[in-house]
Amino acid sequence: MKTCLVVDDSGVVRKIARRIIEELGFFIMEAEDGDQALEICKHALPTAVLLDWNMPVMDGYEFITHLRRLPGGDKPKVVFCTTENGMDHIARALAAGADEYIMKPFDKDIVADKFREVGLVEATSPQIA
Amino acid sequence: MTPPDYEYLRKLLKDHSGLDLSADKQYLIESRLLPLARKAGLAGLPELVQKMKGGSAAFIAQVVEAMTTNETFFFRDKIPFEHFRDTIMPELLQARAGRKSLRIWCAAGSTGQEPYSLAMCLKEMSAALTGWRVEILATDLSQEVLEKSRAGIYSQFEVQRGLPIQLLVKYFRQIGELWQINADLRAMVQHRQLNLLHDFSQLGSFDVIFCRNVMIYFDQDTKTNIFGRLARTIEPDGFLVLGAAETVVGLTEQFKPIGDRRGLYRPGDSRVPVAKPAPARMAAPKLTAMAAGA
Repeated sequence: MKTCLVVDDSGVVRKIARRIIEELGFFIMEAEDGDQALEICKHALPTAVLLDWNMPVMDGYEFITHLRRLPGGDKPKVVFCTTENGMDHIARALAAGADEYIMKPFDKDIVADKFREVGLVEATSPQIA
Repeated sequence: MTPPDYEYLRKLLKDHSGLDLSADKQYLIESRLLPLARKAGLAGLPELVQKMKGGSAAFIAQVVEAMTTNETFFFRDKIPFEHFRDTIMPELLQARAGRKSLRIWCAAGSTGQEPYSLAMCLKEMSAALTGWRVEILATDLSQEVLEKSRAGIYSQFEVQRGLPIQLLVKYFRQIGELWQINADLRAMVQHRQLNLLHDFSQLGSFDVIFCRNVMIYFDQDTKTNIFGRLARTIEPDGFLVLGAAETVVGLTEQFKPIGDRRGLYRPGDSRVPVAKPAPARMAAPKLTAMAAGA
């Protein structure tokens, strides 16, 4: 089964994200900061990571730089999901190896779109209207 | 929704906008009008119809607007843009190699996502287009919608639907909470107000026509009429792209679907074969042998 690690220091955001991504067919794991997330990844790499930027202990940017250096750490698709919506942050994230970038606030359609964009879920038949 | 309510809405929409709802468009009504009903503090569609019958012209106008305004995303439905990149452009690059110019028409350009998606596709293949003149004309019924398209300014929500983040970074600039498509892409798109029900022969002829998700609003005769006039404005070896829910079948002999390329059509009298291997310089060409016409 496809797995998704949801990394966000807000329990509310994790809960919303979990509900959306479960519906897309993923088994969900949660972490409250980058450090917890990295521990989980050292154990077993997820298929996808939904990643907040600003978190205590270790932020999302630091996490992805560590993740990408792990053996096989280039495999997981990493989608940032953050209130940092400036072009500079987006460019930094992409340079660090992020696959997609969601600017909060987000909804189900945006998450599904972005997951489709990076091939995590198959394209559904086009909507009619 | 009861059949009489449906019939009432159908007739009202037809009278007000030419929008022709067939009997199977219940989902369309629900998806468009339930949010409007909720916003007006109504319990559901029966109450909405009741309120319309009460005769509020302003409310009826809102209903018509909600039913006829088309939601649009960047690279909406993806496949048409893959066809554009992998089938249409490789072939036209060969066919027009002599005159090095192309004309593309977005016949329901709406708020600009479609013409600008095409502009981005062209930018991505700019190496193959050195020295070419490519014109994109976006037309729409609504002046207001065209204004938005001209400005090329989109909300954070809009740029997150269908647009890969790499393309946002590459082709947009940030203005506060909004995003504007870059000036060089805006310069690639011309805008013009146009009602498809009226004569459009003055636009000249086109190599590619995107006419998506607008035919669904017209009745059979109107569709046939528009297809006939599109056929006269498209080059004999040009391409017509329709929306996912649209077809020419049973409406016109002037366009034929292209084998396995869903939504892609050519003028019916065209004897030009479709597939030739793309030149190696094209990005990700995935052409395989396929039948010309069908």
